[in-house]
Amino acid sequence: MTATKVDLPPARYEFGGDEFVFVELDREMSLEANFKAMAITGALRELDLDGVIDICPSNASYLVRVDPDRLHPAALVERLEELEHSAGELPEDYTVHTRVVDVPVLFDDPWTRETLMRFRDRHQDPEATDLEYAARINGHPDVGSLIDAITSAPFIVTMLGFVPGLPFCYQMVPRDRQIEVPKYVRPRTDTPERAFGFGGAFAVVYPVRGAGGYQLFGIAPAPVFDLSQRLPDFADRIAFPQASDVLRYRSIDLEEYEAVRAEVEAGTFRYRTREVSFRPAEFLADPDGVNDRLMEVLYR
Amino acid sequence: MTEVIVRSGGLSTTVQDAGRDGQYAIGMPPSGAMDQYSYEIANLLVGNPRGAAVLEATYLGPELEFTDSRHVAVTGADCEVTINGQPAPTWQPLRVGPGDVLAATRVHRGARPYIAIGGGIDVPPYLGSRSTYMLTGIGGFQGRALASGDRLPLGAAPSAPAGAELPAELRVDFPDVVELRVVVGLCSYRLTEGALRSFLDTEWRVTKDADRVGYRLRGGSLDFVEREQPFGAGSDPANVVDLGYPVGSVQVPGGDEPIVLLNDAVTGGGYATIGTVISADRDRVAQARTGSKVRFTAVDLDAALVARQERRARLAKARVALDADPS
Repeated sequence: MTATKVDLPPARYEFGGDEFVFVELDREMSLEANFKAMAITGALRELDLDGVIDICPSNASYLVRVDPDRLHPAALVERLEELEHSAGELPEDYTVHTRVVDVPVLFDDPWTRETLMRFRDRHQDPEATDLEYAARINGHPDVGSLIDAITSAPFIVTMLGFVPGLPFCYQMVPRDRQIEVPKYVRPRTDTPERAFGFGGAFAVVYPVRGAGGYQLFGIAPAPVFDLSQRLPDFADRIAFPQASDVLRYRSIDLEEYEAVRAEVEAGTFRYRTREVSFRPAEFLADPDGVNDRLMEVLYR
Repeated sequence: MTEVIVRSGGLSTTVQDAGRDGQYAIGMPPSGAMDQYSYEIANLLVGNPRGAAVLEATYLGPELEFTDSRHVAVTGADCEVTINGQPAPTWQPLRVGPGDVLAATRVHRGARPYIAIGGGIDVPPYLGSRSTYMLTGIGGFQGRALASGDRLPLGAAPSAPAGAELPAELRVDFPDVVELRVVVGLCSYRLTEGALRSFLDTEWRVTKDADRVGYRLRGGSLDFVEREQPFGAGSDPANVVDLGYPVGSVQVPGGDEPIVLLNDAVTGGGYATIGTVISADRDRVAQARTGSKVRFTAVDLDAALVARQERRARLAKARVALDADPS
């Protein structure tokens, strides 16, 4: 099946005070909007403009932090508008060079279950677990069917943020197969470290313990953030995920969870990672075909 | 190595400097002193170079014991300062020697005193900054607030402090209603016209949930424009597709509790943001305390840039005032 091509509305430029420029490419989420955000922010990074402090692609938008004493925010907007036209129109042969990564997840684990039960009063459906609720509102007959849907196709990292290293991940499937859940009615004050959550159309792994509003589905044995940089995957950066990474969430059992935890504790764990290239145009025309190829590269 | 001994950490005292820029894209906020004006003056008073690390306290300051001779200065919030129990003035350099104990205890007005020590707090810099980011335990002294028994390393003290006493008109003031200028925008389209007007007309009160991450405010209720939620946002009317949050941005989850995001804020998320406090006024948020009143005034980018210049001119004036009368 092919994904319906999305025509994006005109971009909206906004000043976030005198130090930020926010550019909304679409109010709704689509891979087209995210690919465009990646292309424009990539081109902006290459311009290496004096006065640009941070370039942050986000899901269907992007944010730039600027030093207004060195670069007038209005002048930056002019440059961004140029980039919107030169870099934002993705040519057919536009290619994303990235990594595809195996991310093990223990679904319905005792730790997130204990946490979510403590916050039932903040939830849409206090009688169900987050997984049961999400399965029901997404039309799945049971929790197993929902987990199959999550693990059957990879996700692309569309944004890093909230706290250091948290990857917002959007599943690489057409919209009619997307899972969507609301965020908690009121955010929790506690979330276990490495919890696997889902909110809106985004899956995340929480890097550290703390507040959170996403539905809790499970826990990852491997970290996405390692301040001590003890694990080899973190030798260069404290956050493992990078924008445009393709993550495959793989359901594991408690035994494998404990085994991976032991490797993490011993400092020997490494993510299974492969370099990969794909064309957004090709992906949008044949998502299942491209996903099959990505999985083949990952597990070959 | 010279150290300062923490006898009591106070309520929440952290090591802060000008901030950690350039890490926003992985989700790391800048941190750094919330009131950068008081921070810069504190360093200036003791002769520290720009960017040196100081202590930022909240409401109840720390008690510090010195192990050698230094200059120290306390700026920011209006607080009681004592050396060995004797009252000492703020906004000017104070000489301390081995065994002397400085306490910056009760804050009368404002919220955050800054304590600069000659030579600066010499914790190892992390990603270019000594600022503490407590949420993930990064930087500062072991990534956390100070506790009694901590021993903070100090840099080599400069030969002489830069100035005498900062003239009163260049100190921080504490108005009854803190006026914050905002550039309205980002997702302000989510509010009805009446709600946006009401946001600007309301005198908001700072709740007890007010820290380095953000300030939650109460005092009014804002209506959202009804819409069919866009795909991917989530079903609450305050939800948007998760986006990047500017430092200083104001979000309105639920419509009844605006949150002003500050130096240690989350860098992104899915709540509608309706505007951003301009950089020149972030110093003022830092000195607003629980229970105090806050009012927002809409300004455009040009006015924000003028305010930025005015703030800088005031700092330059303070520098001149201190250099002109070195002690």
